Amino acid sequence: MPFDENISFDNGIGGGQEVPSNGTSSVARVVPAIEFRDVKLAFDEQVVLDGISFTVRRGETKIVLGGSGSGKSTIINLILGLIKPDAGNILVDGEDITGFDDQELMRVRRKIGMVFQEGALFDSLSVYENVAYRLAEEGVDEDEIEHEVRRMLQFVGLEDAIEKMPVELSGGMRRRVGIARALVGNPSIVLFDEPTAGLDPPTARTICELAIKLRDLEDVSSIFVTHEMNNLDYLSSEYAIVDEKGYVHFESEGDRLCLVNTGVIMLRDGCIIFSGKDEQLRAANDPYIHRFIRGK
Amino acid sequence: MNLISRFILELQGIGMLLGRMLRGLRKQPRYFGEIVMQLDRIGVGSLGIVILTGFFTGGVLILQAYPTLRYYGAQSSAGQGVATTLIRELGPVLTALMVAGRVGSSISAELGSMVVSQQIDAMRALGTSPVRKLVSPRVIALILALPLLTVASDIFGLLGGGIIANQIYGLDASVYTSSVRAGVDIDDLIGGIIKPLIFGLIIGIISCYKGLSTTGGTVGVGRSTTNAVVLASISVIIADFFLSKMLQGLFNSTLF
Ligand SMILES: Nc1ncnc2c1ncn2[C@@H]1O[C@H](COP(=O)(O)OP(=O)(O)OP(=O)(O)O)[C@@H](O)[C@H]1O
Ligand SMILES: [Mg+2]
Repeated sequence: MPFDENISFDNGIGGGQEVPSNGTSSVARVVPAIEFRDVKLAFDEQVVLDGISFTVRRGETKIVLGGSGSGKSTIINLILGLIKPDAGNILVDGEDITGFDDQELMRVRRKIGMVFQEGALFDSLSVYENVAYRLAEEGVDEDEIEHEVRRMLQFVGLEDAIEKMPVELSGGMRRRVGIARALVGNPSIVLFDEPTAGLDPPTARTICELAIKLRDLEDVSSIFVTHEMNNLDYLSSEYAIVDEKGYVHFESEGDRLCLVNTGVIMLRDGCIIFSGKDEQLRAANDPYIHRFIRGK
Repeated sequence: MNLISRFILELQGIGMLLGRMLRGLRKQPRYFGEIVMQLDRIGVGSLGIVILTGFFTGGVLILQAYPTLRYYGAQSSAGQGVATTLIRELGPVLTALMVAGRVGSSISAELGSMVVSQQIDAMRALGTSPVRKLVSPRVIALILALPLLTVASDIFGLLGGGIIANQIYGLDASVYTSSVRAGVDIDDLIGGIIKPLIFGLIIGIISCYKGLSTTGGTVGVGRSTTNAVVLASISVIIADFFLSKMLQGLFNSTLF
């Protein structure tokens, strides 16, 4: 398991649990969770990534912006090793996965949770079986699986849908089941591919809160691909804390601290045209970035 | 040229999938449950159409051959003709073609839609190998089921031939049965089982390959399904020729 037993996801309904300490040793923390080194990729003639380099530190959330077709999903697929780069290196927890075979990739994928753009639920399996999938494959015993699945579904607010089949769910529900499936087994890295696209604002907000909790309370490193500017606002200006009673609160930066564990990168034409904090992004005077943020 | 290189690429892809499947068989977990489920879907599910096909094929063989046999006064060996043709050729080939149509298409459509809806990616992302979880059980189930289906088809073909011979041409049932016995030897039976084993492998690996290599959304699923059935059927017929040739050499059969 990537992190301590005593940490659990909790919606703030349950009783006192502690804020996890940063248990990882300081040496291990220096190694980035994800690192891209001059990665290049082309599909046939079309160059999709043209020398991408960035890092996601441990416990950091990297928000990836960029127009449709700019290669955001491609970056995520590269991290999972679903596709291979033409040149450059991709490191996960300091391991260069570029030359890994399937067997080694399977081991790396075990510590990564992936939320697919369209949910990508298994149609032939029920919601329960979908969420349980990873644990069932690992041969965890049934009682433990059931407990974990119920906890995860409660986390995304879908306990009632446990017996349903994916076709019976709405788009937003499918997405949330996808999130539950990705988070089972406590991955230390979570990749979100436009998790809020096409959802109503409150549900989208819930998903952002979820990502914030993972970042601040579970020390999860993540990549959060999005088009929505309010997602950027939530993720880069709010943080989660747990009070004495064990309730989770969200507070805005500024009153107490400034968030350092969230960065933004923006892709365009295969290159990273911006990398930094959200304040810098808003202050940038590149006309493309301007238009992207304000939509005009 | 383009066609040839595409053919070679296709062959390479199929070969690589087969290689990965064989290598995966040595590793845990082995998904026995999946194999049983596929056996039920493929084997039990195809039994009906295979029996019907066999029955009427046997029937039509007698229908066409009997008048000629009678002309030469050889109606007592009608059973022998049906048995040899069915067990050596028509049983294995027609069963394989029916299964290619029914099961091959459903496998490639199923895997193809899993590809386009990213379920295959999700499976890999969750640390499972689609080759071991999806391909191996289907191919193994086909290899196990096809010989059994072929036997069923053979039996019902002989039955069909017997009924037609008896009902339409008034051939005595015991004459028919004894000539069937005379017509079948052990080589035919072995050959009749070896063929479907190979056909099962061919249908399974081709339809899985076609399904997994689907591109281009839902339109692509339709395309790969068609391609899977066409390629599997043609391959079965071509393989049948070479297998027959090989078996002939193996058993030194002079009857052909
Ligand atoms: N398998 C593939 N074969 C060929 N081209 C591809 C493939 N996958 C992606 N592309 C191309 O790569 C580019 C980047 O695609 P990608 O899916 O990464 O975009 P994206 O940034 O995620 O877009 P969106 O916001 O619409 O999801 C696109 O132009 C697409 O046409
Ligand atoms: Mg995308």
